[in-house]
This record gives sequence, structure tokens and C-alpha cells, in this order.
Amino acid sequence: MWRLCPYVVNGTLTGGDELMIKVAGIKRGTVIDHVTAGKGLWIFNKLNLASLGHPVVLLMNVQSSRLGRKDIIKIEDYTAVDTAMLGLIDAGITVNIIENEQVVTKTQVSLPQVVSGLFVCGNPRCVSNSDHYVTPIFALYEAHSRAYLCEYCEEVTKVAWK
Amino acid sequence: MLNLCGRHLVSPSDLALSEIDSIIALAQDMQRQRGNYSELCRGKILATLFYEPSTRTKLSFESAMLRMGGSILGFSDANASAVAKGESLADTIRVMDAYADIIVLRHPKEGAPKLASAYSRVPIVNGGDGGHQHPTQTLTDLLTIHAFKGRVSDLSVAFCGDLKYGRTVHSLIETLVRYPGGKFYLISPEELVLPPRLREYLQRTSSCQLIECRSMEEALPHIDILYMTRIQKERFFNEADYLRLKNSYILDAAKLLLAKQDLVVMHPLPRVNEIAYEVDADPRAAYFAQAECGVYVRMSLMAHLLGVTS
Repeated sequence: MWRLCPYVVNGTLTGGDELMIKVAGIKRGTVIDHVTAGKGLWIFNKLNLASLGHPVVLLMNVQSSRLGRKDIIKIEDYTAVDTAMLGLIDAGITVNIIENEQVVTKTQVSLPQVVSGLFVCGNPRCVSNSDHYVTPIFALYEAHSRAYLCEYCEEVTKVAWK
Repeated sequence: MLNLCGRHLVSPSDLALSEIDSIIALAQDMQRQRGNYSELCRGKILATLFYEPSTRTKLSFESAMLRMGGSILGFSDANASAVAKGESLADTIRVMDAYADIIVLRHPKEGAPKLASAYSRVPIVNGGDGGHQHPTQTLTDLLTIHAFKGRVSDLSVAFCGDLKYGRTVHSLIETLVRYPGGKFYLISPEELVLPPRLREYLQRTSSCQLIECRSMEEALPHIDILYMTRIQKERFFNEADYLRLKNSYILDAAKLLLAKQDLVVMHPLPRVNEIAYEVDADPRAAYFAQAECGVYVRMSLMAHLLGVTS
């Protein structure tokens, strides 16, 4: 049971003193859990989940003992989520892979060591900003400042997704 | 001579110190006995793809190949090539590597040679990419330092001028810190200091001393080598900034009075006004000898990358 939030989809409303919503568990797929409240919709858009072709549930402002409030995304019949992107957006996220209604892997995402194509180099003189052939590739340079070193120009770009 | 056949040279760090030593040693022999190498690259073709103006780098590469009996082709104006029609760098490289045995690339975009190396079947040599790297100038500088000082370690070196966009400075200092005993004076206006990331890298990876100065006079009495650079108009997005900074440091005979008698004054050239003409007559002025070293070190480099031996 989670409290109703205006963005919830694919749920079932139930009665009671408070308006509540019940979202069924998924048999197979991915649960992106412990998303900082407010980032769920952004992740939904960043992962382009609307066009995935699989049933997706986005829950926002769900009560959480750890975070107070959190967002959750459930994706049915799909397990290939981009954990590198999730790590860049919110390093507190847990990704649960579900098979036969059981959690088979639970992954705490973290800042990825190598990032390919998820953001652009901050150096305007970098070839990756002007040549369509280039996929920007970065190596983690300094975790606490979320700084990444461009493989091409060797300049540092600080990722602002947080 | 170490085997570097088929390798690319994008950054000086692509070369181990032993490989740099091999290139320098062969260049020294080529300088002494040029005639012995006049047929070394017979049948080989060098392509010079210069997307940015160049005199010394382009012509010294061409001279180097011609002096070894090879041939040259290429362009020095991207607007007169297929680039003007919108061709990508990757496509240009995939065509040119069928036309030539080795490619020298100069490009205004930083990282362009790295990109080219991913698509080329023949060695790519970085002839300068924006404000990033210029590894063959570094080899030239090392050969010059060897010629005048007999060593590259345990030297006090001052870099003066544009340390922010000066790719020759970035490449050379990154290489010199790999040798022991270096002490480096960084003379620049605040707006053109060494990029913080590079400075941090130098301090993290070596035990060198870095000393920042705002005036040449602070450093001149203490140094063995003065590496002058031009304030590069083409690297500025704002012309007003360029005009404000272009006359920051000018070396003249009066300033040289403060320096050691065995100082070596270097400059990658071209100079604008940062070294007064009166300095040319001073025996400490090494920049024209440095330009000559550029031919021999590029001969040696190409011989290594092409895997040709005498």
C-alpha cells in the first residue's frame, strides 16, 4: 500500500480514511527503488520509459523508512535498465531485478567509472561537441565533485545531475 | 632503435621514456649524418592534413619526409578540401589512410587526433589539436634541450606567456615531469595560468616543484631554460581579452642581464613581439636551432612509426 500521488498510473484505488492505492507486484521485470522523491519523473523521462512498450508504474512521494519520501518505478518484463545513468542521477537508487515474483539481484547503483554518451563535454573546443561520429566517453576523475575526464580533450566536466 | 611500427602519436604520454630516448638518439644521428638517411623512406607517402594554419610543423614534416626520400601530399586549408562539403573527420581519415603510409593531423578541435586514430589503418601523428597537445613539438624541444644542456633531468625550466591555451607548454611540461629533478617556474598573467586540472595532475604524478610567478624578473636569475610562448589570438573567444593580454611578457636584452650565462631561450615559434629582435644575437637564443631540430626529430619519429631502418 502506498499513499496516492497525482502522478501514479496503472494502480487500483481503494477506500478508507485516507485515499490509498495498491499497486500489484510484478512477476518479472525491474523495480527502481529508493529514488529521491521528486526525481522519479525525471528518470522516467531520461530512460525514455514511455516509449519502452512495457507496462510501467511510476510512484511518487511514497513513504520510506530510510528516506522519509521516495519515488519508485516498476517496469514489467524488462531488465536492461541503464544503471550508469541511474548512478549519475541518484547514487542512492537500488535496482531490483525480479524473476517469478522474487528479487534475484539487488544492486545499489553508484557513480559509473566510465560513461559513454550520457552527457556532453563541457569544453566547447572538444571534438566531441562538433563531430557527429564521436560518442563522448568519460572516465570518473573525482567522485565527490562528480567530475569526469573526457577521453578526447582530457578536460574535466562536472556532472550536474543530482 | 625501438620498434614503434604502426603506432599512433596522439599525446606525449603515448611514448615510454625509453621510446622517447630512442627517437632522440636516432634524431641526433640524423642531424650528424643526414646523408645516410636520404633513401630511408623511399616509396613512403606522408599525408599532411592541416585544418589550421601552420608553417613550421607542416613544412618540417614535409621536409623531414623529403629528406628521407619519401613523398608528400595533403592540404593546408580545410576549406579547399572535402571538409568544406561537410565531410566528417572520420570519413576523411578512412579515405586518406588508403592514400598515405602515415598521416599528420592538425585540427582546431581538441581530441581530433584521438578520434582520427580510431579510424586509421596507418599511424596518426598529432600535429597540434587546439590548446590540447603538440607531441612532436615536445620531441623537438627535448632534442633541443639535449643539444644545449646534454640532459633533460635536473633542470630549472620557466614557461612564460600563455600557459592556459599553449599546447606546446602542456605537452612539454607533462613530459619533463617524468624526468627527475625538475623545477618549473610558471610565468603568466592570472587569466592564462596553467589549467588547474593539468597542474593537479603534475603534482599528483610527480615530485616536481611548481612555482607560479607573475613577472619574468622573479624567475630569470634561477633558471636553466626559458620557454617563451606567444599569446595566441586564435584561442580567444573574446578579442578584447586578447588585446589586454598580448603584451604581458616581452623578453629583451635588459631582462636577459638578470639571467644565467648558460641560459637557453626557447620558443616554439612563430613569435609576435614576446622576444625582442635584439635577443636573436645573444648566444643564449636557441629558438632557430630549435626549429631545425624539428626536422630531425620528425625524421626520426616517422622512421620509427613506419618501422623503416637504415
